[in-house]
Amino acid sequence: MVDVALAETRLANGRLDRRTLFKVSALAGGGMAFSAAIPLAAEPGAAAPKLLNAFVSIGSDDRVTIVAKNPEVGQGIKTMLPMLIAEELDVSWDQVDIRQADANAKLYGMQVAGGSFATPTHWLPMRQTGAAARAMLVEAAAQLWSVPAASLKTSAGKVLDPASGRSISYGKLADRAATLPPPAPATLKLKDAKDFTIIGQFKGGVDSPRIVRGEPIFGIDTRLPGMVYAVYERAPVHGARLVSANLDEALKQPGVKQAFVLKGSDDPQALIDGVAILGTNWWLVNKAREKLQVQWDTGEWGNHATARYASEAVSMLDKGPAATPRNDGDVNAALASAAKQVTADYSYPFIAHVPMEPQNCTALYTADGKLELWAPTQLPQPGMDSCAKTLGIPAENITLHITRMGGGFGRRLMNDFMVQAAAIAKRVPGTPVQLLWSREDDVRSDFFRPAGWHRLRAGLDAEGKLIAYENHIATFSRKGKVAQSAGMNGSEFPAGLVSNFRVGQSMMETMVPTGPLRAPSSNALAYVNQCFLDEVAAAGGTDLATLMFRILGEPRQLPGAGGRAFHTGRARGVIEKVLAMSGYPKASAPGRGKGLGFYFSHAGYFAEVVEASVSNDGEVTAHKVWVAGDVGSQIINPAGAINQVQGSVIDGIGQALALAITLDDGKINQSNFHEYPLPRMPVTPDIQVEFVRTDYPPTGLGEPALPPVVPALINAVHAATGKRVRALPIDAAMLKRV
Amino acid sequence: MPYRLKINGKVRTVDAPGEMPLLWALRNDLGMVGTKFGCGVGMCGACTVHLDGAAVRACQTPIASVGKQAVTTIEGLGDTAVGARLQKAWLDKDVMQCGYCQAGQLMSASALLAKSPNPKPEEIDAAMAGNICRCACYTRIRVAIFEAAATPAKEAQHG
Repeated sequence: MVDVALAETRLANGRLDRRTLFKVSALAGGGMAFSAAIPLAAEPGAAAPKLLNAFVSIGSDDRVTIVAKNPEVGQGIKTMLPMLIAEELDVSWDQVDIRQADANAKLYGMQVAGGSFATPTHWLPMRQTGAAARAMLVEAAAQLWSVPAASLKTSAGKVLDPASGRSISYGKLADRAATLPPPAPATLKLKDAKDFTIIGQFKGGVDSPRIVRGEPIFGIDTRLPGMVYAVYERAPVHGARLVSANLDEALKQPGVKQAFVLKGSDDPQALIDGVAILGTNWWLVNKAREKLQVQWDTGEWGNHATARYASEAVSMLDKGPAATPRNDGDVNAALASAAKQVTADYSYPFIAHVPMEPQNCTALYTADGKLELWAPTQLPQPGMDSCAKTLGIPAENITLHITRMGGGFGRRLMNDFMVQAAAIAKRVPGTPVQLLWSREDDVRSDFFRPAGWHRLRAGLDAEGKLIAYENHIATFSRKGKVAQSAGMNGSEFPAGLVSNFRVGQSMMETMVPTGPLRAPSSNALAYVNQCFLDEVAAAGGTDLATLMFRILGEPRQLPGAGGRAFHTGRARGVIEKVLAMSGYPKASAPGRGKGLGFYFSHAGYFAEVVEASVSNDGEVTAHKVWVAGDVGSQIINPAGAINQVQGSVIDGIGQALALAITLDDGKINQSNFHEYPLPRMPVTPDIQVEFVRTDYPPTGLGEPALPPVVPALINAVHAATGKRVRALPIDAAMLKRV
Repeated sequence: MPYRLKINGKVRTVDAPGEMPLLWALRNDLGMVGTKFGCGVGMCGACTVHLDGAAVRACQTPIASVGKQAVTTIEGLGDTAVGARLQKAWLDKDVMQCGYCQAGQLMSASALLAKSPNPKPEEIDAAMAGNICRCACYTRIRVAIFEAAATPAKEAQHG
């Protein structure tokens, strides 16, 4: 089981050990490879792991190869991390080739696409890696010319000697540099931001030229000699176990070579029970599934339904919290004394990830007990461990090639598809197998963003000051523990900013797999918090921006979740910025309304304003969105950064407008995009993005721009109609004008 | 039975049941993996190809129905002037995030521009509404189509 929350906590502190060691080795055929120990962030006081890494090699032809260590899922990391190295190596971006790393924890440390932590944890070490290589090249030139290294400069892949006017390219120095001792990290001087030539520039995705030509690059494009295609039929009810299967008819279908039952466990992250069908063409084997006769035991799960969850949740909210993760002051007493009290219930549904590339993995198991994987995975290592356990082979027998991914959004942090592919491949040693899920498999077998139900209470004193705030969540447990990505921690806004503050939590058991979806927790909690505070502001005769400024108070730092401190001044800064950009709260035309949303997540501060209107039949249109974000001092690649923000905004609007996963009789009701209508081009509003630069190290952008757009949209609907949407997705019938 | 298909100007033979969708003949039998599988029900547009220049969903096109129509896939897109301009605009504007849907987006965009060289914004939205981008790069897809559309008009002035 992958504990994403724990991993996030460990990496989130952003403390980097500066005892970085470098070693170097000559490459066969000329050139050199630099290896650097890139320590990952660790808890303060804990010993940082020392991990050997190799990132840079330079050929005698002056081509520079930089290894991209993390999985590329569309977040732009395969371009961005090498930019950091190239900047300090001081080469021209045009001379750089990028090579995707295989999974190798020893060489590269943690390889993950998730949590928006690649930027904060690599900002320093990747630049140090480039600077170390540069220092060795400079030293090589100094020796060659018998001049002090300090007198030399570099530019665009050359060492320059200003005194004599000489210059020499890195490629001509590589052999000599490779024989030199590595520099002490303390001696490395990194560039001033004003001298950056790559960081901060608009750099297109390094794989994009291949993609526009339709070249094979994604996991699903893997083709190996003799490869067969596989499907995996699993229970329609999560948690059900296979009783028996008749494969006779399926085996007679055209294109089918083999079919067999695999028995697993009830852990959805590992191997679950199912039937594999293998053959020459995926469409044929998928069609053969219709001929399978499988008996499933659904056990107690067959009567689970979202309507039942909703009614159970309401009774839990009525009963009061079963647990209080945080309880400051005396909420009840403060509410009793309040001049104004506001109470509201909010809820949101399960939603699915549905990355465009359906889940797949290609696996080759050989008779000597070795396993080779071509896997579109956001988190390779736990998948390899799980394969090792399931197949009963040592983890070191597994090689994993990280493929580019057609989206992830957190779905590919779970490696169930990888374990299935490996287990199928083990049954056909020597034959490569590509397991591919149908879209219906993907929709139904997700690790969903958990649904949630909240009861909120707030009190204002006679001056309109927030004196009490309570947020009670009814959420899910699995085997008695908080289900993954469910629940709420004690640092939820406005923790620490109001003296009487309580977070309550009650749980009900589910077998529906849950997991992190882009901006986990935040993607739902921002809606609940900022829409409720919009109600509180209105009750106090003001607007959300004014109330937020009052709550935030003086600029200061508060402890946040996962070691990510929350700074009230940075929050205020983005709200002020978005107000100036948008002219909130005044709408630009009659019938329209502007709504604000602010949220802090994944170390990023985002304030967003949506202008929306609602038609007579209740259809909501978002016309324009203004986004102000603070992710620190530097936007590393503006091309990717703005794309991430605009995509997040549309993603969030799409969730609010239309997306829900429901179940009846233990079965997921939705199957494909006709029942799970993702946003399309016509709903895309004009989106203005600005970054507020602050003097903090840069942080990630894959997630934090999403959460605030949901409340901003819902608050805009209220501004336009006077109606509060307290359940997602928006119900047009409720907004209809009668 | 064997079907002869004209794909990107070359005749290819596929021995498969006639109801097999063109998508799977391309991906599994012909090794042309640029055309992408997204939903299998004609809802996402990832598998968009051209039949005689018109955008169709390869997952909903049985190989028996193709007949003599010329099939163009993403692998052949760059051979046309419109296609090459779109590819360049896609790179200049850095349209994509994950990139998985982009073959389908490009095929829909090129069918649009072939028919309507300078489309209005509503025309672009309507023509592209069948293509889902889960990363939601719609803002840049719009801009890139405008960019590619505007180019021939400028060239015509010089030419």
